[in-house]
Amino acid sequence: MKLFLDIIISGLIQGAIYGLIAVGLNLQYGVARVLNVAHGEFVMVGAFATYIMYTVFGINPLLSVAFFSPVSLIAGFLIYKNLFQFIRTSSETAEMFEGNSMLASFGLLYVIQNLALIWWGTSTKAYSYLSFSVGFLGVAFEANRVAALFVGVAVMISFYLFLRYSILGKAIRAAAESPVSAQLSGIDVHRVLGICFGLGVMLACVAGGLVSMMKEITANMGFPYLVTALIVLVLGGLGNIVGSFLGGLIIGLVTAAVMYWQPELSLVASYLIFTIVLLIRPQGIFVRQTNGR
Amino acid sequence: MEGKHSPVNKLFFICFAWLVAATLPFYSPAYVLLSITSILMYVTLTVSWTIFCGPTGYISLATATFFGIGIYCAALLGSSLPAPAVVLCGGLAGLAFGVLVGLICLRLSGFYFAVFTFGLSELVRHSVLWWEHNVSGTVGRWVTGTSITQAFYSLLVIASLSILAAYLIRRSIYGMALKAIGESEEAAEHAGINVVVYRIAFFAISSFFMGMAGAAMAAKFTYIDPNSAFNPLISFTPVLMSLFGGIERDYGPILGAFILTFISEVLLSRFPYFYTLIYGIIFVVVILFMPRGLAGLLGSGHQHKFMDH
Repeated sequence: MKLFLDIIISGLIQGAIYGLIAVGLNLQYGVARVLNVAHGEFVMVGAFATYIMYTVFGINPLLSVAFFSPVSLIAGFLIYKNLFQFIRTSSETAEMFEGNSMLASFGLLYVIQNLALIWWGTSTKAYSYLSFSVGFLGVAFEANRVAALFVGVAVMISFYLFLRYSILGKAIRAAAESPVSAQLSGIDVHRVLGICFGLGVMLACVAGGLVSMMKEITANMGFPYLVTALIVLVLGGLGNIVGSFLGGLIIGLVTAAVMYWQPELSLVASYLIFTIVLLIRPQGIFVRQTNGR
Repeated sequence: MEGKHSPVNKLFFICFAWLVAATLPFYSPAYVLLSITSILMYVTLTVSWTIFCGPTGYISLATATFFGIGIYCAALLGSSLPAPAVVLCGGLAGLAFGVLVGLICLRLSGFYFAVFTFGLSELVRHSVLWWEHNVSGTVGRWVTGTSITQAFYSLLVIASLSILAAYLIRRSIYGMALKAIGESEEAAEHAGINVVVYRIAFFAISSFFMGMAGAAMAAKFTYIDPNSAFNPLISFTPVLMSLFGGIERDYGPILGAFILTFISEVLLSRFPYFYTLIYGIIFVVVILFMPRGLAGLLGSGHQHKFMDH
């Protein structure tokens, strides 16, 4: 029972992080059609920014996550406006845009990773914040992990409400459904897609900040997060925001469970699930009916 | 185009390039030979990737799997068989696994095909890692070393064969069929093309060359482990190189592989700390100003564009 609870809670903590990152990637690929390979690098940047704020200036990590959110949103928006929108207008077909924007994001990945290696080197870094333990039904957890779980879920819920009820959220959903009809209804599609890309970067940075509270961080920590986010994206279905978050929780739980049994097989397990899901339900497990896309 | 580059001129150029390459080991220093060998390896991978993925437009990210299988073939058989037989075995193993993968992912296309092939290659990498650790009880393996000259010659032969195969397939009725499948599988099926057979066969043919390249390259690595043999970067590089070179022309992928490998070798030796930074900037600039790749910039006039609908 104790072991079971331990697996469930640590799975949920890990899963919430995966969910945030995957929702970000879903906004970028599911809506803006940019398969952003550099997505994991923004997780790394968020982690390092939070680390530096804490160790150099002594600023509370949760506070700096809140501060970096708008900054990263604007940064992502500017990246889209200056790079991907240019590619979008110069590409003749949707396929050409997807191929070229993926290549450009590869360039971005190389640039960000190299800058990070120059600034921070290859060593692993960590700090301790809220590292006392909290008891829950007889199982002890470090407070920072519990805080990360709560913040992750809170960000997700507010994000869901934003998409569902705000005007901008409705515009984003319209652009995801059909960019052409959205434009005909008077939505500035390029602006909306830019905001989607920015929101994706923001979620990655938030996730990175949360990761830095509980794990060691390195300059090349980003790529594995991208790979997991891709798995989760397929699991939850393209364009399905709630599906991505639930998919993240599932992968987190599975990884945590296999971790106890055979640590080296935890990645194999998530790839296996991914393979089976793709073969049986390529549209994702949370999609009710196919809508032709 | 035809006036400037007549078939005779082209043939002459190809023969000349081949002659220069074939006599290279006699007069060039060892490090040049090593660089040329890795250029040839990337040429093989990129050209064989384009055999299937060029006309269909499906992005396969499983190159590392077939390459790694070839390497492991060489590690297991290297001491008991002569070198050409090892290379052939690597190719056949790649072919067999290519048939299997082609069969599994028959229903997938577009984005799902890309992530599936990528997930599959990661699955293979982690499975081999687990197997070596828990069943074989090793971390890596030694490959019976052959000389660099031998690795160079086998890669020269494999690269030439893959270029020839890509050239012939592209101009044959099979190339047309693959293009039709890329446009619309359903329409191709109605036109009487056996989509299942074509998809599996040509995916397997490109895997065959990748497996051979892995087996030939193993000799250069001497020590291998699953992480280096199934390195995911090997899956992405051919995509980047062929798009960089321009996928619409025969010489595009060759040019892309040649130039990008050359640039990365130079950058790696001159600016080891800023290597990926410069590489990344080159990438972004190329995408922004040459969206059709180098071949799109060089070739003028109207060309058939495979991505057009």
